[in-house]
Amino acid sequence: MTSSVKSNQPKLHHMRRGASKATRSLGMDILLFIFLGVLAAFMVIPILYIVASAFKPMEEMFLFPPRPWVAHPTLDNFVQLSQILSNMWVPFSRYLFNSVVVTVCATAGNVIVSSMAAYPLAKHEFKGKKLINEIIVLALLFTPQVLYIPQYIIIANLGLVNNYLALILPVVQLTLGTFLMVQFMQQVPVSLLEAARMDGAGEMKIWWEIVMPAVKPAWLTLMILAFQNIWSQNGNLFIYKENMKVLPSLTTQIQSGGLARAGASSAIMLILMIPPIVLFQVSQKSVIETMATSGIKD
Amino acid sequence: MINSTNLKEKSRYEETKSSYLMMAPFLILFCIFTILPILSAIGLSFTSFDMLQPPRFIGLSNYTRLLLDDRIFLQVLKNTLIFAFVTGPLSYALSFLLAWMINEYRPFARSIWTLVFYAPSLAGSVFFVWTLIFSGDYYGPLNGVLMWLGWIKEPIDWTGNTDYVLKVVLLVQVWLSFGAGFLAFIAGLQGVDRSLYEAGRIDGIRNRWQELWYITIPSMKPQLLFGAVMQIASSFSVSEVIKAVAGFPSRGYAADTIGTYIIDYGTVRFEMGYACTLSVVLFVIMLLTNKAITKLLKGADDD
Repeated sequence: MTSSVKSNQPKLHHMRRGASKATRSLGMDILLFIFLGVLAAFMVIPILYIVASAFKPMEEMFLFPPRPWVAHPTLDNFVQLSQILSNMWVPFSRYLFNSVVVTVCATAGNVIVSSMAAYPLAKHEFKGKKLINEIIVLALLFTPQVLYIPQYIIIANLGLVNNYLALILPVVQLTLGTFLMVQFMQQVPVSLLEAARMDGAGEMKIWWEIVMPAVKPAWLTLMILAFQNIWSQNGNLFIYKENMKVLPSLTTQIQSGGLARAGASSAIMLILMIPPIVLFQVSQKSVIETMATSGIKD
Repeated sequence: MINSTNLKEKSRYEETKSSYLMMAPFLILFCIFTILPILSAIGLSFTSFDMLQPPRFIGLSNYTRLLLDDRIFLQVLKNTLIFAFVTGPLSYALSFLLAWMINEYRPFARSIWTLVFYAPSLAGSVFFVWTLIFSGDYYGPLNGVLMWLGWIKEPIDWTGNTDYVLKVVLLVQVWLSFGAGFLAFIAGLQGVDRSLYEAGRIDGIRNRWQELWYITIPSMKPQLLFGAVMQIASSFSVSEVIKAVAGFPSRGYAADTIGTYIIDYGTVRFEMGYACTLSVVLFVIMLLTNKAITKLLKGADDD
């Protein structure tokens, strides 16, 4: 069943080179490589700076001229970080717990809710389908930042301030998820669905047992996009109680200590940056496969 | 005959029912957290509202205030447009160009390049590192390097000086350019039909630039459109980065955009009516830009 869907995907191993070599010149190759290298350095240096600072002892932090490397790596900053954390009124484990609860619920919610809605939007015929699909594309523009204040008023009126749901629910309905799932599900062959219908399967069952396994790369991608989005949102607008806050808000507090806490700031930034990067690299192939179908057609 | 049409009608009815049922959770949440906020923002933009007392209808006062009396609005509008029309197209072009260059490499090297460029967007709030790099005293790494090179004599207060702060945030925003659109471009490039390049060579395409212009770009219209929508969404709503790098609000609102100005009115001054007016104006600007860009990209298709 899944193989017939997979055959629609680009066959990556056949497409090593962008195009034939006849249209390439060596000089231009070198020029482009230099351009790529310079830009890559611009991208990577700040991140390497975090990594280096996280392992720098205090006396190396303020050398003149500044050095990009570490002469005597140390774990002092991590020790200092754990001291700062243990002196806080709310224990670190509480922030971590809040972050995990919010991230897991919102990611799972976004994946399930948007793929369940995407199935009829991709495969059924009903009144209003075209309109809803158009609204979904338009709503890609309404990022949370633009809707902050009106959303805050709604959340306050629903009595959800200081509640996990205030962070979870707005993420669950983000239309990027629905949009991507619709694009991908449109490629699932109808014959597959018809066969299941002949056997008397209901639409919910078809969605869960046939469509979802067939579009695994798509929901893996969505999981990563949702995860990285929620993992880094600090939620200070909706959450005022310290013991309900999430990790990024803790980072902000530590960072507000400025240069004196530069080492500890780097240490916590390094720790928080690892989960999304590892997750992305592990699943990069699925992500790219899904994005291949993400285009907006006329 | 009659029986079978009845059956078909019945199954169509069942399917329609399940269609709506399956969309229900999404549609309900979407109405509450996207449609309702937009409608209430439009409604509240005609009122004076501080969250304590019920909103009071004041007609178009907020709009006239915004257009005629609010000098800071002109400043933040200008900044918003700079982000949208300078970093927006720059990020978009860079994302595409890099995706295209990376596509030449073998899968393993390509996945490393992808990670390198995507990492800043991936790693969430790491953009905070720029506030360390741009620290305004002798210990700031950038000041340190520039003084060591002898290019400057005194440390520069990058984020406190109204001449520099906007440029600093623009740079950080470029650093964050490579997001969902970038991934879509990489994917789209892998989906371009290889035989088109062979055919192109027979038709006299001589170098990679011609290949890019006559074959690759036309084959990628859907991804380019998707990238454009995502780019508009992100470059009009820059706010977290500004708050972190330039301070909130930045000195003299030198680096603030409509996005942070909304947060300023909504969470600091508690003038919700005016904050909603600003939101409505931002929606309208974004919608018009989206319309124009979509028309432009689709129009180019008809040629």
